[in-house]
Order: sequence, then structure tokens, then C-alpha cells
Amino acid sequence: MKKEKRIFGKLLMGAMIVFFYLPIVFMIIFSFNSGKSLTHFDGFSLRWYERMFNNREMMQSLYTTIVVAVIATAVSTVLGTVSAIGLSKSRRVIRDVAMQINDFPIMNPEIVTAIGLMLLFITFHIEKGFMTMLLAHIAFCTPYVILSVMPKIRSLDPNLADAAMDLGATPIKALTSVIVPQIMPGVFSGALIAFTMSCDDFVISYFVTGRGVKNLSIMVYTMSKRVNPSINAISTLVVLLITLVLIIINVIPVIKEKREKKRNEKIVA
Amino acid sequence: MKTFSRLSVPYLVWLFMMVLAPMLLIAFYAITDSGNGIINFTFTLKHFAKFFTDRDFLLILWRSLVIAVKTTVICTVIGYPVAYFIAGSSDKVRNALILAITIPMWINMLVRTYAWIGILSDGGPLQRLLEMLGFGSPELMYTEGAVLLGMVYNFIPFMILQINTSLCKMDKSLIEASADLGADKLQTFLRVVFPLSLPGVVSGISLVFLPAVSSFFIPKLLGGGQFFLIGNVIENQFITVGEWNFGSAISMIMAAVMMCSMYLVRRLDLKTEGKVSKARTLPGGRLAS
Repeated sequence: MKKEKRIFGKLLMGAMIVFFYLPIVFMIIFSFNSGKSLTHFDGFSLRWYERMFNNREMMQSLYTTIVVAVIATAVSTVLGTVSAIGLSKSRRVIRDVAMQINDFPIMNPEIVTAIGLMLLFITFHIEKGFMTMLLAHIAFCTPYVILSVMPKIRSLDPNLADAAMDLGATPIKALTSVIVPQIMPGVFSGALIAFTMSCDDFVISYFVTGRGVKNLSIMVYTMSKRVNPSINAISTLVVLLITLVLIIINVIPVIKEKREKKRNEKIVA
Repeated sequence: MKTFSRLSVPYLVWLFMMVLAPMLLIAFYAITDSGNGIINFTFTLKHFAKFFTDRDFLLILWRSLVIAVKTTVICTVIGYPVAYFIAGSSDKVRNALILAITIPMWINMLVRTYAWIGILSDGGPLQRLLEMLGFGSPELMYTEGAVLLGMVYNFIPFMILQINTSLCKMDKSLIEASADLGADKLQTFLRVVFPLSLPGVVSGISLVFLPAVSSFFIPKLLGGGQFFLIGNVIENQFITVGEWNFGSAISMIMAAVMMCSMYLVRRLDLKTEGKVSKARTLPGGRLAS
């Protein structure tokens, strides 16, 4: 009886994996199609990749996505970490209210955050474009950084900074060389979330952009109205980039661990 | 110590400007007349009246709710056994399976949704498969089914992960206790495992239902122009028509509907949670806790 259940589970799990990966694999295969069709494979060719690299709009959108993601991640990680440290030492009322408001962009439907920011830029006559997109990305990324840093700070000994300052460290020194190293795992995972949120975002970017500034999502959205296999090519490129990043992220801790082991062995020896 | 509290001041200002002010602006635009600035304005409720007196808008809102409910039901019915299977696997297999589910989530949502177009389009593999199985050759692209498929594809990982987390967190001794007390497998599942996993189901539901109601690129990409949802109406008002006041009113109505439905779902959870904790205080349940 139990075995049967596992068989049913395995079948379902297998079907699920196929369901998750089939469209992606299909898309990758058809990015190498020599014909224009999305359903008949006529032969292998790299013409859509050539098209993609020669398409300025596409390359520009890839560039915009990466630049926005990198800057937004850097700014929101620093802002989020510093603010989380500050909030943890603030009065309880201020902290609670701030954390409530901090939850808004996370809890709200994206489209509501998006039109809110759009109205803000319109009302104060800020011209929509690259800068507004960047500001919006920082606005929705920072709350996630704070959420992932906050628990790490809570688990710290509250006297740690005082101890450092008693020993003669300046407040800044106490912050950078005592507190921040302790909460680094939280900061790192916050940065990772921020980066993925920024790369993945469509709805908010779509509403706050202007003057033809497009990120990858907006580009796919506007171009997919017509059959265009170059989208398959650029999507494949994105899948490749993400797989690479994922491998690096998963491999770095393993290498670090090995190094640490080696170092420990040396110390022991 | 207090010196550090000053570090939060920039963010407090930022929160006010970039998070609170936009929300207030939506409310402000929703109840004022178009063409007014923020300096001189007139209050009006006509945007709300316009929405609630137009049959088309109400129909679209209803359709959005229906498709979101369908998506949520499908995600729960399929996602639960999948999560149950993952939770029952060995640690190594479990980690691998969770990774397999999260990897596609890293890929841009638009790209993932776009990927379905090839499979669903006329003469595509799915249509040919259905033809071979003797279903004729039904249109797949630009139908409600395609939109539903796109939504399930995008949102089901959230459901699986949430349920899996709550199943893994569960105290395994409760299951043993239930077996010791004479319950068979099915009874244990229905009376112990399932009620205890409900918080995961509820947070899964909110992670599926809320984005499904407000989604607008999935219906646009896979449903074409035929399948209009409330998110598309809001997009239209803001991007194409430029009626920000009316658009703000619609998004407030949508947000209110969402909050009401989530309130109902949470109450369902509280009810069963009450039952579980009551069961724990009963003589038989005391063993377990």
C-alpha cells in the first residue's frame, strides 16, 4: 500500500518537473531554429542569435536590466542594512510603525505599488525614465533587505557595540568591524533577494518607465505581440546567465568550506 | 547606543516619500475629479459610481475573481500531494527537488510565460498531442484555458513551497502518537497532518490568489485581447487612456475585494486551528502536546 502511494507520488513529481521545464527546454530548442516558426523545427541555425546581437533595442534592454539590478541591489543593501541597524536601536513605537510601512510593498499587489509610484512621479512632475525606474526598484527592494537583516540583528548581543566602543572603537568602527560582519549572512541573502526581485520585475518597471527606457521584461512584453524568435534567443541567454549565477552561488560556499577545512587542518598540524 | 538610532532617519524619510505617499496618492486620486492638481481639487465619488453602475466592469471583476479561484483550487489540489511527496523524501532528495522547483522561479516571469506560446500555438506540440489522443484539434492559444495554465505555471511553486515548509516543520511525534492511539493512516492524515499543515495552505493560497487576481501580463500574453481581467483594465486606464483618477478608484476596489477574500480564508484557518488546539487540550490530545 505504501509503496503504491510513493509510485503515485513519483509519477506526479515527474509530471511536475516536466511541466516546469518543458516550456523552457522547448524555447531553448526553438531559439536554434532556422525557420521563423515557433512550432516546426526546420534545421539548426544561429541566425536568431545574430539578429538579437544586432538588435540595439534588445541589447539595450539587457543592459538596462543589469545596470538597474546592480545599482538597485547595491543601494538597497546598504540602505537596508544601515536602516535595520538604526531601527533596531530606535524607540519601539517608531520601529513598529516603520516595520508596518516596510511591509506595504511586500504585501500589496504589485500593480498597486506600481501605480502608486507612477502617480508619485506624475504628481511631482518627475520625468519618467531610467532614474524613476531605478528609484522604484530601490523602493521595492529595500524592504526585503530589511526583512532579511532584521532577524540577524535581533539575535545579536545588544551590548556588542557598546563593548567595542568601550574598548576605544569609534561608532563607525564598531559598526563596520563588529556589527556588520556578524550580520553578513543576512545582508548577503537580502542582496540576493533584491537582485532577483529587480531582474524579475515587470509590473512596477512597466508603469514607472518612460522615454523608451525598457528592461528585459518590458521588451518581451512589447515584442511578443508578433512572432519573433529573437525573443527565444535572448530568453535562452537569460536562462544561461541565471544558471551560471546559480552555479556560482552554490559553488562558492562549498569552496569556502573546503578552504576553511584546509586552514583548520593546517592549524591543527 | 542611541547614536545608532539616528541611522534610521534617512529610511524613515524614504519610507514616507516612496511607500506611504504613493498609497495616499492613490486614495487621493480615487476621490478627486480629474484635471485637478493637488493644490486645488474637488472631491467626488463618481469614479466609484462609474465602476459599480457599469455591467462590463463588474463582469470583468467577477471573471478575475473566478479565474483566480480556479487557479488557487488547481494549485492547492496538485500542489498538496507534490509537497507531501517532497516532505516525505529523504533529506538529500528533498533538497534536490526543492532546488528543481525554485530554479525556474529565478527565470524572469515574462520569459517563462512567453515560453508557453510556442507549445500552445496552432500546430504546436500540445495541439498535435491532443489530436493524436482523439480530441480533435482545439484552439489552445488565446483561450481561458491558456490563461489558467499560465497562472498555474507561474504561481504553483509558491503553493508547493509553503505547504512543504509547514509539513516539514510538523512535530513527527504527533503522527506516532496518533498511530499509537489507534488511528489508521487515513485518519491520522485527516485529523492530524492535514489540520496542522493548514497554515501553510493558507499562506500558499494568499501567495497564489492575490497575484492571480491582479495579474495582467499573463492574460495579455496567453489570452490575447480576448481575455480581459481587472489588471488589464487598470493597465488600460493608466497607460492607454490616461484616466488616473478612475484607474486609482478601480485599484482601490480591487484591493478591497482582495482584503475581504483573504479575511475569509484566514477565518477558515482560525476555525480549524481552534479545533486543533481544542483537540490538544482533550485528555487524549494531552499526550501529543
